[in-house]
Amino acid sequence: MSLTADDVKKIAHLARLGIDSQDIDSYAKDLSGMLDLMTQMSELDTNNVEPMAHPMDQAQRLRTDVVTEHNNREKFQSIAPQVEAGLYLVPKVIE
Amino acid sequence: MHTKTLTELAQGLRSGKFSSLELTHAFLARIKQHQYLNAYITVTEEQALQSAKAADQRLASGNAELLTGIPIAQKDIFCTLDVKTTCGSKMLDNFTAPYNATVVEKFNQAGAVMLGKLNMDEFAMGSSNETSYYGAVKNPWNINTVPGGSSGGSAAAVAARLTVCATGTDTGGSIRQPAALCGITGLKPTYGRVSRYGMIAYASSLDQGGPMTQNAADAAIMLQTMAGFDEKDSTSVDLPVPDYRAGLNNSLAGLKIGLPKEFFGDGLNNDMAATLEIAINEYKKLGAEVKEISMPNLKLAIPAYYVIAPAECSANLSRFDGVRYGYRCKNPVDLADLYTRSRGEAFGKEVKRRILMGTYALSTGYYDAYYLKAQKIRRLISEDFKKALADVDVIMGPVTPTTAFGIGEKMDDPIEMYLSDIYTIAINLAGLPAISIPAGFIRDMPVGLQIIGNYFAEDRLLNVAHQYQKVTNWHHHTPKGFE
Repeated sequence: MSLTADDVKKIAHLARLGIDSQDIDSYAKDLSGMLDLMTQMSELDTNNVEPMAHPMDQAQRLRTDVVTEHNNREKFQSIAPQVEAGLYLVPKVIE
Repeated sequence: MHTKTLTELAQGLRSGKFSSLELTHAFLARIKQHQYLNAYITVTEEQALQSAKAADQRLASGNAELLTGIPIAQKDIFCTLDVKTTCGSKMLDNFTAPYNATVVEKFNQAGAVMLGKLNMDEFAMGSSNETSYYGAVKNPWNINTVPGGSSGGSAAAVAARLTVCATGTDTGGSIRQPAALCGITGLKPTYGRVSRYGMIAYASSLDQGGPMTQNAADAAIMLQTMAGFDEKDSTSVDLPVPDYRAGLNNSLAGLKIGLPKEFFGDGLNNDMAATLEIAINEYKKLGAEVKEISMPNLKLAIPAYYVIAPAECSANLSRFDGVRYGYRCKNPVDLADLYTRSRGEAFGKEVKRRILMGTYALSTGYYDAYYLKAQKIRRLISEDFKKALADVDVIMGPVTPTTAFGIGEKMDDPIEMYLSDIYTIAINLAGLPAISIPAGFIRDMPVGLQIIGNYFAEDRLLNVAHQYQKVTNWHHHTPKGFE
């Protein structure tokens, strides 16, 4: 299976990932190579196999519904690119 | 002092042969002297000297633990409070962690002295440490070769004696492969044994932190501190932690070793096969029995891994959006531009490749064919291991197809780089523990032997490794110029 330059652009858009236009062809080539590798998987019949998400098949642990987090707003905001009055700033979304 | 093992240094500190402060000064001087290896991203000199002074007081007061006063270095994937934590990426070049990873917290509590943060492949994605934003790490055995990855800085630093011990993380071999290529001991614990809290996530169902040391006895000491249930990690396993040193000296008489024929087949070169055969013969002399086993689905580990890991990576790395922390592009015109350019400008090529692969595998119409299929194959591989381990105590095999390759040699061919993970990644898919120990040299470059054990049998692996290290001296070899 091979991916085209347009496929790569589409995937990059889904991932909100900027890629240099001169790299697109090499990504297409690398991803196609990876997909070729993955076609090996279809050789194996997995119809009655349960997918495995956790090595111990452990289910999500639940905890009691109490507040455990401390308020670290100032500490967290001190490492943010842009904040004002306790809020994270981003470019205007709604005109 | 730097030639001593962790065990020896702990004794020296207790008998008053040297203080933690002297030890820390000695290692800091070595780090400066061998800066060209590029093993460290950040050296925390002032903090280290302060911790050393505190450790000396604790040692004097008699309530010290084994690790009190022992110099350690953290892979830069572990968050360290108020210390730069980069994960080897431009994305986090300006990031100072607002909290400690559980592993870091535990070492601090034990009184270990952190020397600094170690270089690594960007976001732990790589097998050569060449994808780091901070440049390649050099292998102390031959500075024109790679140290392996992604915990390449950790392995190089331990091998060059720029620290006594280091942490690493292993998603597809990232502790074991660099340990093998640098001639040290590296243990990947069972998935869930060591807390992942504060360990920057790459592929959450595979990632696991572990110790990197000169020998197995030292790894036992480190793991004792690292292991254990953590409420802050939702995949942490709530099982008691055994005493990892208690069984180190158990006899190996009657130990059943399985050798998968898939590991020793055509792909393995003659030198590697011959070196491993000598190591396995050593085990026979110790009373072990060897039998051939088969794990037919092993060959599909690479494709399954390179679906699952990138898929989880693309989800995990979506948190880097240029809003709350990390890199932000200049003058974004709108929110989409902010996301796209911040991520585009700050991630390196290998990280982008995996985000793209993962995004594709998880996108509408492809999920079943790739991610779900890979998870089913993961089940089959893990069943192969379960079957084998019902019959043998441990499985042995190579860690890497070759010794360390040249810097730059494989960077143009990502697929070839992925294929070199053939002997390590299946273990992560199964979630099993495995250790790499020094087992000889091929043309002066170190070779690792991999020992795989059953779930939570880290104590058994350490015992099997330690017994070998009592009758061999490969782990005592130090690269030229670093003695």
